[in-house]
Amino acid sequence: MGTPARKSELLFSGADWDFKKLSRVYDEIEALGMEELRLDVYPVQMEVISSEQMLDAYSSVGMPLMYQHWSFGKHFLYNELLYRKGRRGLAYELVINSNPCIVYLMEENTMALQALVTAHAALGHNHFFKNNHLFRQWTDAGGILSYLNFAKSYISRCEERHGLAAVEAILDSAHALMDQGVFRYHRPPKPSGEQQREELRERLEYEERSYNDLWRTLPPSQEDDKAETSEDGVSERKKSLHLPEENLLYFLEKTSLILEPWQREIVRIVRVIAQYFYPQRQTQVMNEGCATFVHYTLMNTLFDRGRISEGAMLEILRNHSNVIFQPSFDDPRFSGINPYALGLDMMQDIQRISTEPTAEDRDWFPDIAGRGDWLETLLDAWANHRDESFIRQYLSPTLIRKWRFFVLGDGADQPHYEVASIHNERGYNRIRAALAQSYDLGASRPDIQVVDVALLGDRHLRLQHKVKNGIMLDNESRDATLRHIRNLWGYEVSLVAIDAETGATLSERWTKDC
Amino acid sequence: MPIFIDRRLNPKDKSLGNRQRFLKRAREELKRSIRDKVREGRIAEVGREHAVPMPHKDTSEPVFSDAGNSGRRQHVLPGNRTYISGDLIPKPGRGGMGSSAPGNKESEDDFRFVLSREEVLDLFFEDLELPDLVKLNLKQILTFKPKRAGFASSGSPTNINVGRTMRNSHGRRIALRRPKQAQLDAIAMQIAILEAQPLDTARRERIAALREEFDRLERRRRRVAYVDPVDIRFNRFDPQPQPNASAVMFCLMDVSGSMGEREKDLAKRFFVLLHLFLTRRYERTDIVFIRHTHEAQEVDEQTFFYHTQSGGTVVSTALEEMHRIIEQRYPAKEWNIYAAQASDGDNFATDSERCIELLGGKLMRLCQYFAYVEIIDERESHIFGSTENGTSLWRAYSTVDGKWPNFQMKRIAAPADIYPVFRELFARQPALRKSA
Repeated sequence: MGTPARKSELLFSGADWDFKKLSRVYDEIEALGMEELRLDVYPVQMEVISSEQMLDAYSSVGMPLMYQHWSFGKHFLYNELLYRKGRRGLAYELVINSNPCIVYLMEENTMALQALVTAHAALGHNHFFKNNHLFRQWTDAGGILSYLNFAKSYISRCEERHGLAAVEAILDSAHALMDQGVFRYHRPPKPSGEQQREELRERLEYEERSYNDLWRTLPPSQEDDKAETSEDGVSERKKSLHLPEENLLYFLEKTSLILEPWQREIVRIVRVIAQYFYPQRQTQVMNEGCATFVHYTLMNTLFDRGRISEGAMLEILRNHSNVIFQPSFDDPRFSGINPYALGLDMMQDIQRISTEPTAEDRDWFPDIAGRGDWLETLLDAWANHRDESFIRQYLSPTLIRKWRFFVLGDGADQPHYEVASIHNERGYNRIRAALAQSYDLGASRPDIQVVDVALLGDRHLRLQHKVKNGIMLDNESRDATLRHIRNLWGYEVSLVAIDAETGATLSERWTKDC
Repeated sequence: MPIFIDRRLNPKDKSLGNRQRFLKRAREELKRSIRDKVREGRIAEVGREHAVPMPHKDTSEPVFSDAGNSGRRQHVLPGNRTYISGDLIPKPGRGGMGSSAPGNKESEDDFRFVLSREEVLDLFFEDLELPDLVKLNLKQILTFKPKRAGFASSGSPTNINVGRTMRNSHGRRIALRRPKQAQLDAIAMQIAILEAQPLDTARRERIAALREEFDRLERRRRRVAYVDPVDIRFNRFDPQPQPNASAVMFCLMDVSGSMGEREKDLAKRFFVLLHLFLTRRYERTDIVFIRHTHEAQEVDEQTFFYHTQSGGTVVSTALEEMHRIIEQRYPAKEWNIYAAQASDGDNFATDSERCIELLGGKLMRLCQYFAYVEIIDERESHIFGSTENGTSLWRAYSTVDGKWPNFQMKRIAAPADIYPVFRELFARQPALRKSA
């Protein structure tokens, strides 16, 4: 608690910022965050950048170190255009899940905004990154920057050695499979440390030196032939290749017959980066909600204690309400559910249920209603949930009514949408389930797996797409992506669409036809 | 206490390399787009800045994605005020409600590049296999006009700038403290006054001192000149290339049935190149379009390239029309007249005779240059490419070619031929000018 003597002291005044003020504000907010919200954060590194540098950071997927690729240039031009035309503002901040946690501040921000950003990113996101189980389990915050550094220099070395076009071809193909390049269920090997990478490089060089193509072209023996076709052989082969495999990039990296060691390493780099970002994509609502909840709570507390002037608080509130603006579905500005708004609302709702529950809340949330320890509940949710499970567990009827959620059934063959559920007694559960479902990446992304490969025959790679609810793949992008897989595999690739329920084959596509 | 790093002064343009890579990749598509623009646009607009839609083919990044028009799905949307369960909402056309489904796919539909004039020309010329654009500029400057360009410390006496010279001299006189005439006069006056009075020793000494001072000043005046050679400044003149005031370009085209889409496109590209060439050389360039079948008429650009009206072929009508327009609007004294004729070469033998007469008798005297471009089939190009045999018009024009140095004729069959031919046509010009 602030002592009365400090109470009247403003943390800062005026719009200008300097490093002394930033540092003072950070210390104050961090202390407050620990005291009020029991936050637990990585050390912070704040970097002040200009708007152009923010655009740069945007277009290389937000990372400070990234290898070179034309698609980043494309996104830069796209973002720059929107920004120049005033169609989109820049983010006030950018935060990187690393240890120390890197926060970018824009030099154009006023002091009030910098304070807001500090609370939002340096504490909110930072706490989430450090404590959420997905990030703890799947990302190596301490190692990511050195890994990216390794990736960048490795790829530029490859460019020098093998030419830009060759490297680009591999990167293009690998990028196309990033969505299919993550482990969803079992824990991946950790990104290797500095020393392991050095060993790996030496190993690759040794393999390159001692590689003898003769061994690969030995004619197969009779037994091998038999083993290839017999029933036992098939299951044996599948077992040895760990099939079916849903991580296509991993499969190609390990088993492709045509990739050279350096190409494998590039595929691996893309896969590791895809995996690093996978938790972020599963926790948008929670991550932004957590950061927004933290900045809102901390800024209000500071204001209540008289540490922020009314003017600054007004500016903060104006920006805050811009961030959490959620237009209705029939508003021309509607572009989906705003994760900031939904996250913040749910977290504040948990606070409300814990302290002033209604009878309905007691029915729905017997565990937390009226217990008063909202912070405990929130800290637990931040640590142990992802968007899908968080919504499934905590979206309350009150909030469904407030948001006026409804579910729209959309059958491609129907001329109408059908309103399936609305915010009433019968609809709450179904709306909650449907919304949670829509945040489940595992369920909403096409489920494509490697099912078999004829290793000793024509080396034809077979993929299977499990079609759920009759949702097929877009033909054009499917063909283009299949061609990319063929680039990495080197031989014929086919994709069979199987209905997930009936098992019936819906379509089959070969790369030779596309 | 966090660590602070001020990155603002770091090198910017971290993604410059990425952008260049992207442009390189997009180049093919940009080229195609510029080509279409040239084909559709007006000749005079080729050099303008162009907005080019985001190229797609080589720069798309495919991923497996769901087809929008299949299957059953559910959308959860906020803000329901009117609907109850079971309501049916008619689907609007594509991109309506369908696209407002949850998910934040970015749409890049209206992403356009703006290419600068240079970039447009680069892409335009690249297709024409232009080795480098500079060469277009080389042989154009014909006359020079001196233009004032500051001052020089050497020059001819007629160019002395008196004001600047006197200012320098004045400054130097002040700096070196050159005695003024008034000072001398004052001393002379004092001496005169003293001498007029009876002389005593004190006065004599005073006069001697004044005399000495007078001599000193006069010596100094002689040493520090009133105008010294170092003061003199001359007006400096720079020879500035003088554009010949204006040029008119006659585009003559045969639009008989045999001139198809390909032929017109080739002709258009040739005319575009000629126009670019002329606009760089002259302050003002007019274009006159004359199309002809069995009769010729002056038309606008749109009609010239896109009108489908056709008929028989009488080439001489176009030449007559050109002559008429020159008489009426473009006196040869004031205008540099250029003409380019594109045709597939079919003509009546008698009319070809008439063409020779018209050219030899009238037009070649008026024209700076007359280029005849015969557009032939690609299959014919290796047969006719170098021979003098060919169509009726080609044979007829060959005789003009011999007589008039400012007449040139070439055959083209593909876009890649245009620029080499163009260069050949126009490279001979300086020599021609001397001999003419």
